[in-house]
Amino acid sequence: MKVISIALNTFRENLRDKLLYNLLIFALLMIGSSLILMRLTLGEFHRLILDIGLGSINFFGVLIAIFVGIGLVSKEIEKKTIYTIVSKPVARFQFLLGKYLGLSLTLLINTAIMAVGLLAVLYVQEVPIHAVLFKALGLIVVEFMVITAVALLFSTFSSATFSAIFTLALYVIGHLTPDLKAFGEKMGGLGKTILEGMYYVLPNLDRFNLKGHVTHQLDVPAGELLVIGLYGIAYSAFLLTVASVIFQRRDFR
Amino acid sequence: MNMTREQIVSIAHLSKVFRVGFWGKRVTAVDDLSLEVQQGEIYGFLGPNGAGKTTTIKMLMGLIYPSSGAASLFGRPIGDQAAKAKVGFLPESPYFYDYLTSREFLRFYGHLFGLLGSTLEKRIDELLELVGMTHARDLQLRKFSKGMLQRVGIAQAMINDPELVILDEPMSGLDPIGRKEVRDLILRLKESGKTVMFSSHILHDAELLCDRVAMIMKGKLVACGHVSELIDHGTTQEVEMVVDRLSPEGVEALRPFTLKTMLHGERVVATLASQRHVDDALEVIRSHQAKLVSLLPHKASLEDLFIRKARGVQQVTEVPV
Ligand SMILES: Nc1ncnc2c1ncn2[C@@H]1O[C@H](COP(=O)(O)OP(=O)(O)OP(=O)(O)O)[C@@H](O)[C@H]1O
Ligand SMILES: [Mg+2]
Repeated sequence: MKVISIALNTFRENLRDKLLYNLLIFALLMIGSSLILMRLTLGEFHRLILDIGLGSINFFGVLIAIFVGIGLVSKEIEKKTIYTIVSKPVARFQFLLGKYLGLSLTLLINTAIMAVGLLAVLYVQEVPIHAVLFKALGLIVVEFMVITAVALLFSTFSSATFSAIFTLALYVIGHLTPDLKAFGEKMGGLGKTILEGMYYVLPNLDRFNLKGHVTHQLDVPAGELLVIGLYGIAYSAFLLTVASVIFQRRDFR
Repeated sequence: MNMTREQIVSIAHLSKVFRVGFWGKRVTAVDDLSLEVQQGEIYGFLGPNGAGKTTTIKMLMGLIYPSSGAASLFGRPIGDQAAKAKVGFLPESPYFYDYLTSREFLRFYGHLFGLLGSTLEKRIDELLELVGMTHARDLQLRKFSKGMLQRVGIAQAMINDPELVILDEPMSGLDPIGRKEVRDLILRLKESGKTVMFSSHILHDAELLCDRVAMIMKGKLVACGHVSELIDHGTTQEVEMVVDRLSPEGVEALRPFTLKTMLHGERVVATLASQRHVDDALEVIRSHQAKLVSLLPHKASLEDLFIRKARGVQQVTEVPV
Protein backbone atom coordinates (compact mmCIF):
# COMPACT_ATOMS: atom_id res chain seq x y z
CA MET A 1 0.00 0.00 0.00
CA LYS A 2 2.68 2.52 1.06
CA VAL A 3 4.91 1.29 -1.74
CA ILE A 4 2.08 1.68 -4.24
CA SER A 5 1.35 5.24 -3.05
CA ILE A 6 4.99 6.18 -3.48
CA ALA A 7 5.04 4.49 -6.89
CA LEU A 8 1.96 6.37 -8.06
CA ASN A 9 3.36 9.65 -6.80
CA THR A 10 6.60 8.93 -8.65
CA PHE A 11 4.62 8.18 -11.79
CA ARG A 12 2.83 11.49 -11.41
CA GLU A 13 6.16 13.21 -10.92
CA ASN A 14 7.56 11.55 -14.06
CA LEU A 15 4.61 12.77 -16.07
CA ARG A 16 5.74 16.30 -15.32
CA ASP A 17 9.23 15.67 -16.60
CA LYS A 18 9.80 17.49 -19.89
CA LEU A 19 12.66 15.14 -20.73
CA LEU A 20 10.17 12.32 -20.91
CA TYR A 21 8.00 14.06 -23.48
CA ASN A 22 10.93 15.19 -25.56
CA LEU A 23 12.30 11.68 -25.75
CA LEU A 24 8.88 10.25 -26.47
CA ILE A 25 8.33 12.69 -29.33
CA PHE A 26 11.75 11.90 -30.76
CA ALA A 27 11.02 8.20 -30.58
CA LEU A 28 7.67 8.61 -32.32
CA LEU A 29 9.31 10.75 -35.02
CA MET A 30 11.94 8.07 -35.56
CA ILE A 31 9.33 5.35 -35.79
CA GLY A 32 7.14 7.53 -38.00
CA SER A 33 10.03 8.30 -40.32
CA SER A 34 9.67 4.77 -41.69
CA LEU A 35 6.49 5.98 -43.33
CA ILE A 36 8.45 7.97 -45.87
CA LEU A 37 10.91 5.19 -46.62
CA MET A 38 11.03 4.10 -50.24
CA ARG A 39 9.86 0.60 -50.79
CA LEU A 40 12.88 -1.56 -51.30
CA THR A 41 12.61 -5.24 -51.96
CA LEU A 42 9.77 -6.46 -49.85
CA GLY A 43 11.69 -8.57 -47.31
CA GLU A 44 14.36 -5.92 -46.77
CA PHE A 45 11.73 -3.26 -46.31
CA HIS A 46 9.84 -5.12 -43.60
CA ARG A 47 13.06 -5.89 -41.80
CA LEU A 48 14.17 -2.27 -41.93
CA ILE A 49 10.91 -0.90 -40.51
CA LEU A 50 10.94 -3.42 -37.64
CA ASP A 51 14.61 -2.70 -37.03
CA ILE A 52 14.12 1.05 -36.83
CA GLY A 53 10.95 0.71 -34.77
CA LEU A 54 12.26 -1.68 -32.11
CA GLY A 55 15.63 0.09 -32.10
CA SER A 56 13.98 3.45 -31.41
CA ILE A 57 11.76 2.06 -28.67
CA ASN A 58 14.76 0.47 -27.02
CA PHE A 59 17.09 3.42 -27.40
CA PHE A 60 14.73 6.09 -26.13
CA GLY A 61 13.40 3.90 -23.35
CA VAL A 62 16.94 3.26 -22.15
CA LEU A 63 17.64 6.99 -22.16
CA ILE A 64 14.56 7.59 -20.00
CA ALA A 65 15.47 4.73 -17.67
CA ILE A 66 18.96 6.14 -17.19
CA PHE A 67 18.33 9.85 -17.01
CA VAL A 68 15.14 9.72 -14.99
CA GLY A 69 16.45 6.77 -12.98
CA ILE A 70 19.57 8.52 -11.69
CA GLY A 71 17.51 11.44 -10.36
CA LEU A 72 14.84 9.26 -8.81
CA VAL A 73 16.34 9.19 -5.33
CA SER A 74 19.10 11.79 -5.48
CA LYS A 75 16.64 14.55 -6.34
CA GLU A 76 14.51 13.69 -3.33
CA ILE A 77 17.55 13.99 -1.09
CA GLU A 78 18.70 17.20 -2.76
CA LYS A 79 15.26 18.80 -2.55
CA LYS A 80 14.78 17.41 0.96
CA THR A 81 11.37 16.02 0.04
CA ILE A 82 12.61 12.73 1.44
CA TYR A 83 12.58 14.14 5.00
CA THR A 84 8.86 13.94 5.39
CA ILE A 85 8.63 10.51 3.73
CA VAL A 86 11.29 8.67 5.67
CA SER A 87 10.06 10.15 8.96
CA LYS A 88 6.68 8.52 8.34
CA PRO A 89 6.25 4.79 9.01
CA VAL A 90 7.92 3.96 5.72
CA ALA A 91 11.07 1.87 5.68
CA ARG A 92 13.83 3.11 3.44
CA PHE A 93 13.67 0.03 1.23
CA GLN A 94 9.94 0.65 0.75
CA PHE A 95 10.72 4.15 -0.43
CA LEU A 96 13.31 2.81 -2.85
CA LEU A 97 10.98 0.11 -4.15
CA GLY A 98 8.17 2.63 -4.61
CA LYS A 99 10.38 4.97 -6.61
CA TYR A 100 11.55 2.03 -8.71
CA LEU A 101 8.08 0.72 -9.43
CA GLY A 102 6.87 4.23 -10.27
CA LEU A 103 9.47 4.68 -12.98
CA SER A 104 8.84 1.14 -14.19
CA LEU A 105 5.19 2.04 -14.63
CA THR A 106 6.19 5.16 -16.54
CA LEU A 107 8.41 3.10 -18.80
CA LEU A 108 5.69 0.52 -19.35
CA ILE A 109 3.19 3.12 -20.46
CA ASN A 110 5.82 4.90 -22.49
CA THR A 111 6.68 1.67 -24.28
CA ALA A 112 3.00 1.00 -24.88
CA ILE A 113 2.64 4.41 -26.57
CA MET A 114 5.71 3.86 -28.73
CA ALA A 115 4.48 0.35 -29.55
CA VAL A 116 1.15 1.74 -30.71
CA GLY A 117 3.10 4.11 -32.95
CA LEU A 118 5.08 1.22 -34.35
CA LEU A 119 1.98 -0.90 -34.91
CA ALA A 120 0.34 1.99 -36.75
CA VAL A 121 3.36 2.30 -39.03
CA LEU A 122 3.42 -1.44 -39.61
CA TYR A 123 -0.26 -1.38 -40.46
CA VAL A 124 0.05 1.49 -42.91
CA GLN A 125 3.07 -0.09 -44.57
CA GLU A 126 1.29 -3.44 -44.65
CA VAL A 127 3.98 -5.27 -42.73
CA PRO A 128 2.68 -8.53 -41.28
CA ILE A 129 2.58 -8.52 -37.47
CA HIS A 130 3.66 -11.68 -35.64
CA ALA A 131 3.28 -12.70 -32.00
CA VAL A 132 7.04 -12.58 -31.50
CA LEU A 133 6.89 -8.80 -31.87
CA PHE A 134 4.89 -8.56 -28.65
CA LYS A 135 7.26 -10.92 -26.91
CA ALA A 136 10.13 -8.70 -27.99
CA LEU A 137 8.34 -5.61 -26.63
CA GLY A 138 7.77 -7.43 -23.34
CA LEU A 139 11.45 -8.21 -22.97
CA ILE A 140 12.35 -4.62 -23.85
CA VAL A 141 10.34 -3.53 -20.81
CA VAL A 142 12.16 -6.10 -18.68
CA GLU A 143 15.46 -4.71 -19.93
CA PHE A 144 14.31 -1.19 -18.95
CA MET A 145 13.60 -2.47 -15.47
CA VAL A 146 17.10 -3.89 -15.16
CA ILE A 147 18.63 -0.63 -16.38
CA THR A 148 16.47 1.40 -14.00
CA ALA A 149 17.69 -0.79 -11.14
CA VAL A 150 21.30 -0.19 -12.24
CA ALA A 151 20.74 3.58 -12.38
CA LEU A 152 19.04 3.53 -8.99
CA LEU A 153 21.85 1.51 -7.44
CA PHE A 154 24.53 3.89 -8.69
CA SER A 155 22.56 6.94 -7.63
CA THR A 156 22.40 5.70 -4.02
CA PHE A 157 26.11 6.36 -3.61
CA SER A 158 27.43 8.50 -6.46
CA SER A 159 26.70 11.83 -8.10
CA ALA A 160 24.24 12.17 -10.99
CA THR A 161 27.00 12.56 -13.58
CA PHE A 162 28.90 9.49 -12.45
CA SER A 163 25.70 7.48 -12.14
CA ALA A 164 24.82 8.33 -15.73
CA ILE A 165 28.28 7.41 -16.99
CA PHE A 166 28.40 4.15 -15.02
CA THR A 167 24.93 3.12 -16.12
CA LEU A 168 25.59 3.90 -19.77
CA ALA A 169 28.84 1.96 -19.58
CA LEU A 170 27.10 -0.98 -18.01
CA TYR A 171 24.42 -0.83 -20.68
CA VAL A 172 27.01 -1.05 -23.44
CA ILE A 173 29.03 -3.79 -21.73
CA GLY A 174 25.83 -5.62 -20.84
CA HIS A 175 25.15 -6.03 -24.53
CA LEU A 176 28.63 -7.37 -25.13
CA THR A 177 28.78 -10.03 -22.41
CA PRO A 178 28.78 -12.99 -24.88
CA ASP A 179 31.80 -11.36 -26.53
CA LEU A 180 33.44 -11.01 -23.14
CA LYS A 181 33.14 -14.74 -22.60
CA ALA A 182 34.35 -15.58 -26.08
CA PHE A 183 37.25 -13.19 -25.70
CA GLY A 184 38.15 -14.74 -22.35
CA GLU A 185 38.23 -18.22 -23.84
CA LYS A 186 40.83 -17.02 -26.30
CA MET A 187 42.93 -15.24 -23.68
CA GLY A 188 43.12 -18.03 -21.12
CA GLY A 189 44.77 -17.69 -17.70
CA LEU A 190 43.87 -14.84 -15.37
CA GLY A 191 42.24 -12.80 -18.14
CA LYS A 192 39.88 -15.68 -18.74
CA THR A 193 38.91 -15.86 -15.07
CA ILE A 194 38.27 -12.13 -14.89
CA LEU A 195 36.28 -11.90 -18.09
CA GLU A 196 34.29 -14.99 -17.21
CA GLY A 197 33.58 -13.52 -13.81
CA MET A 198 32.33 -10.36 -15.50
CA TYR A 199 30.19 -12.46 -17.80
CA TYR A 200 28.36 -13.93 -14.84
CA VAL A 201 28.16 -10.80 -12.67
CA LEU A 202 27.19 -8.21 -15.27
CA PRO A 203 23.65 -8.21 -16.61
CA ASN A 204 23.43 -10.20 -19.79
CA LEU A 205 21.37 -7.59 -21.57
CA ASP A 206 21.68 -9.24 -24.95
CA ARG A 207 19.31 -11.92 -23.71
CA PHE A 208 16.50 -9.35 -23.77
CA ASN A 209 17.11 -8.49 -27.40
CA LEU A 210 14.73 -10.35 -29.72
CA LYS A 211 15.11 -8.00 -32.67
CA GLY A 212 16.71 -10.71 -34.76
CA HIS A 213 13.83 -13.04 -34.03
CA VAL A 214 11.29 -10.41 -34.98
CA THR A 215 12.89 -9.42 -38.24
CA HIS A 216 13.32 -13.03 -39.24
CA GLN A 217 9.92 -14.03 -37.88
CA LEU A 218 11.38 -16.68 -35.61
CA ASP A 219 9.13 -17.43 -32.67
CA VAL A 220 10.47 -17.81 -29.14
CA PRO A 221 8.95 -20.59 -27.03
CA ALA A 222 7.00 -19.46 -23.97
CA GLY A 223 9.29 -21.43 -21.66
CA GLU A 224 12.38 -19.63 -22.86
CA LEU A 225 10.62 -16.30 -22.65
CA LEU A 226 9.70 -17.05 -19.06
CA VAL A 227 13.28 -17.95 -18.15
CA ILE A 228 14.60 -14.71 -19.65
CA GLY A 229 11.89 -12.68 -17.95
CA LEU A 230 12.62 -14.29 -14.59
CA TYR A 231 16.32 -13.68 -15.09
CA GLY A 232 15.60 -9.96 -15.56
CA ILE A 233 13.38 -9.76 -12.52
CA ALA A 234 15.81 -11.70 -10.34
CA TYR A 235 18.68 -9.52 -11.49
CA SER A 236 16.72 -6.35 -10.74
CA ALA A 237 15.74 -7.68 -7.34
CA PHE A 238 19.39 -8.37 -6.59
CA LEU A 239 20.39 -4.82 -7.60
CA LEU A 240 17.59 -3.31 -5.53
CA THR A 241 18.66 -5.33 -2.51
CA VAL A 242 22.20 -4.01 -2.78
CA ALA A 243 20.84 -0.49 -3.32
CA SER A 244 18.67 -0.85 -0.20
CA VAL A 245 21.61 -1.93 1.93
CA ILE A 246 23.61 1.12 0.83
CA PHE A 247 20.64 3.46 1.10
CA GLN A 248 19.82 2.24 4.60
CA ARG A 249 23.18 3.47 5.88
CA ARG A 250 23.05 6.93 4.32
CA ASP A 251 22.74 10.24 6.13
CA PHE A 252 20.27 12.60 4.50
CA ARG A 253 22.08 15.86 5.07
CA MET B 1 7.41 16.31 40.48
CA ASN B 2 6.00 13.34 38.72
CA MET B 3 8.26 10.39 38.21
CA THR B 4 5.59 8.07 36.85
CA ARG B 5 5.13 10.03 33.65
CA GLU B 6 6.16 8.23 30.53
CA GLN B 7 9.24 9.46 28.73
CA ILE B 8 8.24 10.05 25.15
CA VAL B 9 11.56 11.30 23.84
CA SER B 10 14.74 10.16 25.44
CA ILE B 11 18.16 11.28 24.27
CA ALA B 12 21.29 9.91 25.93
CA HIS B 13 24.81 11.17 25.24
CA LEU B 14 23.96 11.88 21.64
CA SER B 15 26.71 13.25 19.40
CA LYS B 16 27.00 13.96 15.74
CA VAL B 17 30.23 14.74 13.95
CA PHE B 18 29.98 15.86 10.34
CA ARG B 19 32.92 15.58 8.03
CA VAL B 20 33.07 18.51 5.67
CA GLY B 21 35.22 19.55 2.77
CA PHE B 22 37.92 17.76 0.89
CA TRP B 23 40.01 16.95 3.96
CA GLY B 24 37.07 15.66 5.94
CA LYS B 25 37.36 18.32 8.60
CA ARG B 26 35.37 17.33 11.68
CA VAL B 27 32.49 19.53 12.73
CA THR B 28 30.81 18.56 15.98
CA ALA B 29 27.21 19.60 15.52
CA VAL B 30 25.81 17.86 18.58
CA ASP B 31 28.02 17.12 21.56
CA ASP B 32 27.08 14.61 24.25
CA LEU B 33 23.50 15.78 24.49
CA SER B 34 21.11 14.18 26.97
CA LEU B 35 17.52 15.17 27.58
CA GLU B 36 14.07 13.76 28.11
CA VAL B 37 10.64 14.86 27.01
CA GLN B 38 7.74 13.60 29.08
CA GLN B 39 4.24 12.66 28.16
CA GLY B 40 1.88 15.60 27.77
CA GLU B 41 4.34 18.45 28.00
CA ILE B 42 5.34 21.20 25.63
CA TYR B 43 9.09 21.09 25.34
CA GLY B 44 11.06 23.95 23.85
CA PHE B 45 14.35 23.23 22.17
CA LEU B 46 16.24 26.50 22.05
CA GLY B 47 19.58 27.74 20.89
CA PRO B 48 21.23 30.21 18.51
CA ASN B 49 21.82 29.57 14.80
CA GLY B 50 24.02 26.56 14.23
CA ALA B 51 23.56 25.26 17.78
CA GLY B 52 22.61 21.79 16.56
CA LYS B 53 18.83 21.83 16.98
CA THR B 54 18.01 20.65 13.48
CA THR B 55 20.78 18.07 13.60
CA THR B 56 19.36 16.63 16.83
CA ILE B 57 15.85 16.53 15.41
CA LYS B 58 17.07 14.86 12.22
CA MET B 59 18.68 12.17 14.34
CA LEU B 60 15.42 11.68 16.23
CA MET B 61 13.57 11.24 12.94
CA GLY B 62 16.09 8.73 11.61
CA LEU B 63 17.26 10.98 8.77
CA ILE B 64 20.86 10.97 9.93
CA TYR B 65 22.64 8.57 12.21
CA PRO B 66 24.32 9.56 15.49
CA SER B 67 28.10 9.36 15.69
CA SER B 68 27.65 8.12 19.23
CA GLY B 69 25.00 7.93 21.89
CA ALA B 70 21.42 6.85 21.46
CA ALA B 71 17.89 8.15 21.36
CA SER B 72 14.46 6.62 21.58
CA LEU B 73 10.87 7.60 20.91
CA PHE B 74 8.16 5.94 23.00
CA GLY B 75 10.89 3.77 24.47
CA ARG B 76 11.68 2.30 21.07
CA PRO B 77 14.87 2.76 19.12
CA ILE B 78 15.03 5.32 16.33
CA GLY B 79 13.61 4.06 13.07
CA ASP B 80 11.06 1.77 14.69
CA GLN B 81 7.99 1.79 12.44
CA ALA B 82 5.45 1.49 15.26
CA ALA B 83 6.97 4.51 16.99
CA LYS B 84 7.07 6.53 13.75
CA ALA B 85 3.36 5.85 13.27
CA LYS B 86 2.67 7.89 16.42
CA VAL B 87 4.86 10.86 15.48
CA GLY B 88 4.17 13.96 13.44
CA PHE B 89 7.14 15.86 12.07
CA LEU B 90 7.57 19.27 10.50
CA PRO B 91 11.05 19.79 9.03
CA GLU B 92 12.84 23.12 9.01
CA SER B 93 11.72 25.28 6.05
CA PRO B 94 9.71 22.40 4.62
CA TYR B 95 10.19 21.14 1.08
CA PHE B 96 7.35 19.22 -0.49
CA TYR B 97 6.30 17.84 -3.84
CA ASP B 98 5.43 21.11 -5.49
CA TYR B 99 3.38 19.59 -8.30
CA LEU B 100 0.73 18.37 -5.86
CA THR B 101 -2.19 20.41 -4.60
CA SER B 102 -2.54 20.69 -0.82
CA ARG B 103 -5.28 18.12 -0.88
CA GLU B 104 -3.38 15.62 -3.03
CA PHE B 105 -0.34 16.19 -0.87
CA LEU B 106 -2.15 15.44 2.37
CA ARG B 107 -3.87 12.45 0.75
CA PHE B 108 -0.52 10.99 -0.28
CA TYR B 109 0.88 11.43 3.21
CA GLY B 110 -2.27 9.95 4.71
CA HIS B 111 -1.74 6.86 2.57
CA LEU B 112 1.73 6.50 4.05
CA PHE B 113 0.06 6.03 7.43
CA GLY B 114 -2.37 3.54 5.94
CA LEU B 115 -5.27 6.01 6.11
CA LEU B 116 -7.85 5.65 3.38
CA GLY B 117 -11.17 6.72 1.94
CA SER B 118 -13.71 8.94 3.65
CA THR B 119 -11.91 8.91 7.02
CA LEU B 120 -8.89 10.36 5.33
CA GLU B 121 -10.85 12.89 3.26
CA LYS B 122 -12.60 14.11 6.37
CA ARG B 123 -9.31 14.43 8.19
CA ILE B 124 -7.83 16.40 5.27
CA ASP B 125 -10.72 18.86 5.27
CA GLU B 126 -10.44 19.32 9.03
CA LEU B 127 -6.72 19.94 8.89
CA LEU B 128 -6.92 22.40 6.01
CA GLU B 129 -9.55 24.24 8.00
CA LEU B 130 -7.38 24.12 11.12
CA VAL B 131 -4.35 25.68 9.43
CA GLY B 132 -6.49 28.13 7.48
CA MET B 133 -5.67 26.72 4.06
CA THR B 134 -9.13 25.67 2.90
CA HIS B 135 -9.11 28.38 0.25
CA ALA B 136 -5.92 26.91 -1.27
CA ARG B 137 -6.85 23.25 -1.14
CA ASP B 138 -6.77 22.80 -4.92
CA LEU B 139 -3.77 24.98 -5.54
CA GLN B 140 -0.41 23.43 -6.41
CA LEU B 141 2.19 23.82 -3.69
CA ARG B 142 4.62 25.52 -6.06
CA LYS B 143 2.25 28.48 -6.10
CA PHE B 144 2.36 28.78 -2.31
CA SER B 145 4.05 31.49 -0.29
CA LYS B 146 6.54 30.53 2.42
CA GLY B 147 3.98 30.92 5.19
CA MET B 148 1.38 28.93 3.27
CA LEU B 149 3.88 26.09 2.86
CA GLN B 150 4.58 26.24 6.57
CA ARG B 151 0.88 25.89 7.22
CA VAL B 152 0.36 22.81 5.04
CA GLY B 153 3.58 21.53 6.56
CA ILE B 154 1.96 21.73 9.97
CA ALA B 155 -1.15 20.05 8.58
CA GLN B 156 0.87 17.11 7.24
CA ALA B 157 2.54 16.73 10.63
CA MET B 158 -0.87 16.04 12.14
CA ILE B 159 -2.42 13.85 9.46
CA ASN B 160 -2.03 10.73 11.62
CA ASP B 161 -3.37 12.36 14.80
CA PRO B 162 0.07 11.87 16.37
CA GLU B 163 0.84 11.34 20.06
CA LEU B 164 4.08 13.25 19.68
CA VAL B 165 4.58 16.25 17.43
CA ILE B 166 8.13 17.39 16.64
CA LEU B 167 8.29 20.77 14.94
CA ASP B 168 11.51 22.36 13.71
CA GLU B 169 10.90 26.10 13.88
CA PRO B 170 7.14 26.03 13.41
CA MET B 171 6.83 29.81 13.62
CA SER B 172 9.34 30.66 10.94
CA GLY B 173 7.88 32.35 7.91
CA LEU B 174 4.60 33.09 9.62
CA ASP B 175 3.03 36.49 10.11
CA PRO B 176 2.01 37.57 13.65
CA ILE B 177 -1.47 36.12 13.20
CA GLY B 178 -0.03 32.87 11.92
CA ARG B 179 2.34 32.72 14.89
CA LYS B 180 -0.52 33.22 17.28
CA GLU B 181 -2.47 30.50 15.50
CA VAL B 182 0.42 28.08 15.80
CA ARG B 183 0.78 28.91 19.48
CA ASP B 184 -2.91 28.21 20.00
CA LEU B 185 -2.59 25.01 18.03
CA ILE B 186 0.30 23.81 20.17
CA LEU B 187 -1.68 24.58 23.32
CA ARG B 188 -4.67 22.71 21.92
CA LEU B 189 -2.47 19.70 21.20
CA LYS B 190 -1.32 19.73 24.80
CA GLU B 191 -4.92 19.99 25.99
CA SER B 192 -5.80 16.87 24.07
CA GLY B 193 -2.98 15.03 25.81
CA LYS B 194 -0.35 15.19 23.09
CA THR B 195 3.33 15.82 23.59
CA VAL B 196 4.95 18.62 21.64
CA MET B 197 8.63 19.28 21.12
CA PHE B 198 9.59 22.27 19.06
CA SER B 199 12.71 24.21 18.26
CA SER B 200 12.72 27.98 18.04
CA HIS B 201 14.76 31.13 18.19
CA ILE B 202 11.77 33.08 19.29
CA LEU B 203 12.26 32.95 23.03
CA HIS B 204 9.14 34.89 23.73
CA ASP B 205 7.04 32.16 22.11
CA ALA B 206 8.88 29.52 24.07
CA GLU B 207 8.32 31.39 27.29
CA LEU B 208 4.61 31.66 26.63
CA LEU B 209 4.16 28.04 25.62
CA CYS B 210 6.65 25.69 27.14
CA ASP B 211 6.45 23.67 30.27
CA ARG B 212 10.13 22.95 30.02
CA VAL B 213 12.92 24.00 27.73
CA ALA B 214 16.40 22.90 26.83
CA MET B 215 18.91 25.43 25.64
CA ILE B 216 21.84 24.26 23.58
CA MET B 217 24.86 26.10 22.27
CA LYS B 218 27.57 24.69 20.03
CA GLY B 219 25.92 21.31 20.34
CA LYS B 220 26.09 21.25 24.13
CA LEU B 221 23.30 21.52 26.63
CA VAL B 222 23.68 24.75 28.60
CA ALA B 223 20.38 24.88 30.45
CA CYS B 224 17.29 22.79 30.91
CA GLY B 225 14.28 22.73 33.16
CA HIS B 226 11.01 24.51 33.87
CA VAL B 227 10.84 27.91 32.29
CA SER B 228 10.10 29.90 35.45
CA GLU B 229 12.69 28.12 37.55
CA LEU B 230 15.31 28.48 34.86
CA ILE B 231 14.73 32.20 34.77
CA ASP B 232 14.96 32.44 38.56
CA HIS B 233 18.07 30.29 38.81
CA GLY B 234 19.89 31.29 35.72
CA THR B 235 19.36 35.02 35.86
CA THR B 236 19.39 37.52 38.68
CA GLN B 237 16.34 39.65 39.21
CA GLU B 238 17.61 43.16 38.92
CA VAL B 239 15.65 45.91 40.61
CA GLU B 240 15.61 49.54 39.60
CA MET B 241 15.34 52.02 42.44
CA VAL B 242 14.71 55.75 42.14
CA VAL B 243 15.50 57.91 45.20
CA ASP B 244 15.34 61.68 45.83
CA ARG B 245 17.43 63.74 48.23
CA LEU B 246 20.00 61.07 48.98
CA SER B 247 23.18 62.50 50.51
CA PRO B 248 26.61 61.66 48.99
CA GLU B 249 27.29 59.47 52.05
CA GLY B 250 24.01 57.69 51.35
CA VAL B 251 25.06 57.03 47.74
CA GLU B 252 28.30 55.54 49.02
CA ALA B 253 26.43 53.38 51.53
CA LEU B 254 24.20 52.10 48.72
CA ARG B 255 27.04 51.17 46.42
CA PRO B 256 27.74 47.61 47.72
CA PHE B 257 24.21 46.60 46.66
CA THR B 258 24.09 48.21 43.23
CA LEU B 259 25.30 47.33 39.77
CA LYS B 260 25.27 50.93 38.67
CA THR B 261 24.21 54.29 40.07
CA MET B 262 23.26 57.37 38.10
CA LEU B 263 22.88 60.86 39.51
CA HIS B 264 20.44 63.34 37.97
CA GLY B 265 20.74 66.40 40.20
CA GLU B 266 18.72 65.56 43.31
CA ARG B 267 17.66 62.22 41.93
CA VAL B 268 19.52 58.91 42.16
CA VAL B 269 18.71 55.99 39.89
CA ALA B 270 20.29 52.80 41.20
CA THR B 271 20.14 49.31 39.77
CA LEU B 272 20.22 46.66 42.48
CA ALA B 273 21.97 43.44 41.50
CA SER B 274 19.27 41.28 43.02
CA GLN B 275 16.00 41.36 44.91
CA ARG B 276 17.90 40.12 47.92
CA HIS B 277 19.37 43.58 48.33
CA VAL B 278 16.08 45.45 48.47
CA ASP B 279 15.81 45.38 52.26
CA ASP B 280 19.37 46.56 52.73
CA ALA B 281 18.87 49.37 50.26
CA LEU B 282 15.67 50.50 51.93
CA GLU B 283 17.48 50.55 55.25
CA VAL B 284 20.12 52.88 53.78
CA ILE B 285 17.44 55.21 52.42
CA ARG B 286 15.62 55.36 55.72
CA SER B 287 18.76 56.00 57.76
CA HIS B 288 19.76 58.84 55.39
CA GLN B 289 16.27 60.32 55.38
CA ALA B 290 15.96 60.19 51.63
CA LYS B 291 12.69 59.76 49.73
CA LEU B 292 11.94 56.63 47.75
CA VAL B 293 10.29 57.50 44.45
CA SER B 294 9.92 54.06 42.87
CA LEU B 295 11.07 50.48 43.17
CA LEU B 296 10.73 48.46 39.99
CA PRO B 297 11.75 44.83 39.66
CA HIS B 298 13.08 44.15 36.20
CA LYS B 299 11.26 41.10 34.86
CA ALA B 300 13.85 38.60 33.74
CA SER B 301 13.08 36.48 30.71
CA LEU B 302 14.46 33.52 28.85
CA GLU B 303 16.16 36.06 26.67
CA ASP B 304 18.30 37.24 29.59
CA LEU B 305 19.30 33.68 30.27
CA PHE B 306 19.98 33.13 26.60
CA ILE B 307 22.20 36.17 26.34
CA ARG B 308 24.05 35.34 29.54
CA LYS B 309 24.67 31.85 28.23
CA ALA B 310 25.74 33.12 24.84
CA ARG B 311 28.25 35.40 26.54
CA GLY B 312 29.98 32.36 27.82
CA VAL B 313 28.50 31.20 31.10
CA GLN B 314 29.41 27.63 30.41
CA GLN B 315 28.13 25.80 33.44
CA VAL B 316 24.86 23.97 33.01
CA THR B 317 21.86 25.38 34.76
CA GLU B 318 19.75 22.39 35.51
CA VAL B 319 16.53 22.52 37.40
CA PRO B 320 15.27 19.12 38.52
CA VAL B 321 11.95 17.92 37.15
N1 LIG C 1 24.94 18.48 6.42
C1 LIG C 1 25.85 19.08 7.16
N2 LIG C 1 27.15 18.96 6.87
C2 LIG C 1 28.08 19.55 7.62
N3 LIG C 1 27.82 20.30 8.70
C3 LIG C 1 26.55 20.48 9.05
C4 LIG C 1 25.50 19.88 8.30
N4 LIG C 1 24.32 20.21 8.88
C5 LIG C 1 24.64 21.00 9.93
N5 LIG C 1 25.97 21.16 10.04
C6 LIG C 1 26.67 21.92 11.07
O1 LIG C 1 26.17 21.53 12.32
C7 LIG C 1 25.96 22.63 13.17
C8 LIG C 1 24.54 22.64 13.68
O2 LIG C 1 23.65 22.88 12.62
P1 LIG C 1 22.08 22.81 12.81
O3 LIG C 1 21.46 22.96 11.47
O4 LIG C 1 21.74 21.60 13.59
O5 LIG C 1 21.80 24.10 13.69
P2 LIG C 1 20.42 24.72 14.19
O6 LIG C 1 20.50 24.78 15.67
O7 LIG C 1 19.27 24.00 13.62
O8 LIG C 1 20.51 26.19 13.60
P3 LIG C 1 19.35 27.16 13.04
O9 LIG C 1 18.76 27.79 14.22
O10 LIG C 1 20.12 28.13 12.20
O11 LIG C 1 18.40 26.34 12.27
C9 LIG C 1 26.37 23.85 12.36
O12 LIG C 1 27.67 24.21 12.75
C10 LIG C 1 26.37 23.41 10.94
O13 LIG C 1 27.38 24.04 10.22
MG1 LIG D 1 17.75 24.53 12.45
